Amino acid sequence: MPLKQAITGAEAVAYAMKQINPDVVAAYPITPQTPVVEYFAKYVADGVVDTEMIPVESEHSAMSAVVGAAASGARAFTATASVGLALMHEVVFIAASLRLPIVMAVANRALSGPINIHCDHSDAMAERDSGWIQLWAENAQEAYDFTVMAYRIAEHKDVRLPVMVNFDGFIISHGVEVVETLDDELIKNFVGKQEKIYPLLDTSNPVTYGSIDMYDYYFEHKRQQVEAMKHVPRVFKEIAEEFAKISGRKYDLVDEYMLDDAEYVMIALGSTAGTIKHTINELRKEGKKVGLLKPWMFRPFSKAEYQRLLTGRKAVVVLDRSASFGAEAPLYQSVKSTIYEVASKPQMGSYVYGLGGRDIAPHHIRQAFEDAFSGNLIVDEERYLGLRE
Amino acid sequence: MAELKGWKDIPIGGLVVEPGSAKKYQTGTWRVLRPIFQSENCINCMFCWLYCPDQSIVVELVDGKPKMKGFDYYSCKGCGLCANVCPKNIDPKTKQPVADEKKAIIMKPETDFVEE
Repeated sequence: MPLKQAITGAEAVAYAMKQINPDVVAAYPITPQTPVVEYFAKYVADGVVDTEMIPVESEHSAMSAVVGAAASGARAFTATASVGLALMHEVVFIAASLRLPIVMAVANRALSGPINIHCDHSDAMAERDSGWIQLWAENAQEAYDFTVMAYRIAEHKDVRLPVMVNFDGFIISHGVEVVETLDDELIKNFVGKQEKIYPLLDTSNPVTYGSIDMYDYYFEHKRQQVEAMKHVPRVFKEIAEEFAKISGRKYDLVDEYMLDDAEYVMIALGSTAGTIKHTINELRKEGKKVGLLKPWMFRPFSKAEYQRLLTGRKAVVVLDRSASFGAEAPLYQSVKSTIYEVASKPQMGSYVYGLGGRDIAPHHIRQAFEDAFSGNLIVDEERYLGLRE
Repeated sequence: MAELKGWKDIPIGGLVVEPGSAKKYQTGTWRVLRPIFQSENCINCMFCWLYCPDQSIVVELVDGKPKMKGFDYYSCKGCGLCANVCPKNIDPKTKQPVADEKKAIIMKPETDFVEE
C-alpha cells in the first residue's frame, strides 16, 4: 500500500535510495544536500541497506569514487550542491563520457561568490553541457519519483548516461511535505537488476576504461553521446508510462498546467512552478487565459515538444533562476532558439528571478504576466523579478 | 594501419574491449624525423634497444648474441632517443658529434622520404 509520509525533499530522495538499495554511495557534505546523505548514512548504520558507503575528502573524490564504482558494474549514487558540484565538474564530464549510469541528486544552490547557501539554479546550469540527463522536481514528491525512475533511464541500453535529479535547495530539500511513497517490494521490482555493460570486475572479459582518445576517435565518441541523448525522450516516456502503472502519477518531458487553451504561457523550472500554478488559478478566475509549461526534463531539451506546445500562443514568458552573464539566461536561450522555426511565433519575454534564494511571490509572477497581457514584452530584453533598482 | 571506423561501429565511452590493441596503432604516422640505421658503424651495444620507449628497435639473435637490425617504422615515433644515446655518434675524445657517415644512427626529416 502507498504510504503517506510528512517528510522533507532530502528525506524523500534518501528514502527512494533506501528502497533502491544501491551498491555504492560516495558523498561529501555540503549545504543543502547534507540531509540526503545523513538520512542515507542512518540506513547504512541500521543495516537496512547493503550499500558500501564511502565518506570521501571532497566532491571531486565523491564523483571519482562513483565513476570507479559504476565502471566496475555497481549501482552508484552521490548527492551534492552548488560549489560541491562545481568541484566535481571535471569528473562530471568523465561520468557522462564513459557512459556510466550514475544517479546524482542535486539540491540546487547558488554558486559563490559572494558566498550564498540558498536556492538558485546556477550550479546545475553550469553542468548543462556535461552530457548528463537533467530532471527537475517541483516538490518532494517529484524528487522521490524521479529518483526511483532515474536508474531505469540511466541504465537503458539505448541511453547509458548519468542522471541528475535536481530539487531546489532548502525550498524542497528542507521543506516538509506529504509524500506518497510506494512499497519497498514494488520499487525493488520496478528498478530491477542492472544489465551490466562492460563491467570492469568481469575479469574473463577484460576492458580498459579511460584510455587516451586522440583526434582520430574522440570525435566519434562525442557523436555517440549526441546519439544517446536523442534516445532519452523516448526512453523517459516509456519508463514514465511504467511508473504511472505502479504509482498513478504520470510524468512526461514537460508538465502542462492549464495549457490547452492558454494564450499566455509561462515556463519555469523547479519549485517556483508551484507558485506559478497558484497565480494561474487566480488569473483564471479573472478570466485570463494563462498556463504553465514546466520542463520535467531540461537536458536533453526536447525541441519538438516545445515547438508543438508553443506555436500560435500570444506570448511566452520564461523565468530563469540563474543568469548567463553577457548572454541570455539558460532556459530562455533554449526556449527562444527552439521556437525559431515554429509557424506562428509568440511574443517572448525573459525574466530572471530568485538568485541566491531571493523570494518569488505570486505578485512577481502576476507582474510578468501583466507585461505579457499589455504586449509589453521585448524579445531581446532581460528583466528581473524581485530586484531592487 | 587499421582502418578507422565510424561512430556506429565502435564501443561506447572510448572503451577498449580487446587486449593488446595498441599493437594495431600506427604511431609511426606521428614521426617528423626518421632514424636511419648505418649497420657498418654499429657495435651492437644495445643501448638503442634499451632506451627505445616504443620497442621499435628490431633485434635478432645471431650465435646467441643480439644484433641490431633496424627500426620498426610502424610504431617508431621518431623521438630520436636512440641516436642520442648511441655511443658511436659521439667522438670519445672531443665529446662532439662525429660526421654523419661515421654514425650508426642518423635522424633525417620525413619529408626526404615522401616519394616512398
